[in-house]
Amino acid sequence: MPLLFAHLMQTGFGGFYDGIAHLFLTPSDLLLVLGLALLAGQQGPQGGRLLLTLLPLSWGIGLAVGQRWGLDLTLALLTTVLFTLVGVLVALSLRLSAQVLAFTVAGSGLLFGLINGFTMPPAPSGLPLDVLGVVSAVAVLSVLISAQVAATRSTGFCIAVRVAGSWIAAAGLLSLGLLFKA
Amino acid sequence: MRWRWLVLALLLSLLPSGALAHVPEGGASSVMAGLLHPVTGIDHVVAMVAVGLWGAVLGAPAIWLLPVAFPMVMAFGGVLGLLDLPLPGVETGIALSALVLGVLVMLQQRLPLTVAAVLVGLFALLHGYAHGMELPDGADALLFSLAFVGATGLLHLVGIGLGEARRLAWGHRLLQVVGAVIAVVGVWSLVQLGGA
Repeated sequence: MPLLFAHLMQTGFGGFYDGIAHLFLTPSDLLLVLGLALLAGQQGPQGGRLLLTLLPLSWGIGLAVGQRWGLDLTLALLTTVLFTLVGVLVALSLRLSAQVLAFTVAGSGLLFGLINGFTMPPAPSGLPLDVLGVVSAVAVLSVLISAQVAATRSTGFCIAVRVAGSWIAAAGLLSLGLLFKA
Repeated sequence: MRWRWLVLALLLSLLPSGALAHVPEGGASSVMAGLLHPVTGIDHVVAMVAVGLWGAVLGAPAIWLLPVAFPMVMAFGGVLGLLDLPLPGVETGIALSALVLGVLVMLQQRLPLTVAAVLVGLFALLHGYAHGMELPDGADALLFSLAFVGATGLLHLVGIGLGEARRLAWGHRLLQVVGAVIAVVGVWSLVQLGGA
């Protein structure tokens, strides 16, 4: 079943919208973007700016490289471990240095982009609209969420953010258990 | 004006029946299985609600610490169960969790935060382990886990919501009644275990 998520969904609206749909139909990618956006938002506006710069860029580079390699790999264990760790960081509401956040964001973006790229064949027209769709969706989602988190300082909202991180981490942990069992 | 919203809500409530006519498959069946798993055992349901209720009784910071910590500890217990690692007294511990948490809610007992966290953490581990042992094979791991964790979290929210009633004039009495019902379910679960 996870292999199915790796392939591009045909929305019928063209490559750009296929790319956007891909992010929203791939739970692990969506959880990673959500987790990173919450984490960056917790670090304040600087974290949000760093996320907006690095995540779409690294995701796009990973995608381009992955499309060249064209392997049929999803690396489910690695991606699950990664978004679980991001969820734990959000739940703990840790203050990270800019370097650590940049490394986490860029590394995650490269890996997830690479896996996206493995199973996305280059467009016949030569225009990488699907890649543009994925990267745009990642950018818009991450900026919307991180900006909201950075701007809202109410206690209740901060708790909700940490609970969301905890849910991401818990889902990741359980998922890891199921993957090991399988 | 309100009756219009009521009519709209009633009409909207008719819509899902079309979806229910179909048997969920693939990802949809995993989501359904994950959502239903935590709410199909009464001992689990009352314990999850009791965690939220007791968090509300304890007030800040426990009211947010418990819902943040509980899912992660429960998932850790779930992994232990999935990997078949031995953990003694799981069923007894689960029955006791309902009894102990029910009594604590009924008496509106405020224990020190560390004691409360250790107690709830232990119960989370036991509940997670039991869930992990029973998780179905073949489910989509991530979708199932997400739905499972979400359903458990929503049960906590129900408890926190009920607990907030303590601010009302009749709220303390309500908490006593709900706590007593939870404790009775715990006793009933213990009796069932003894009879088995």
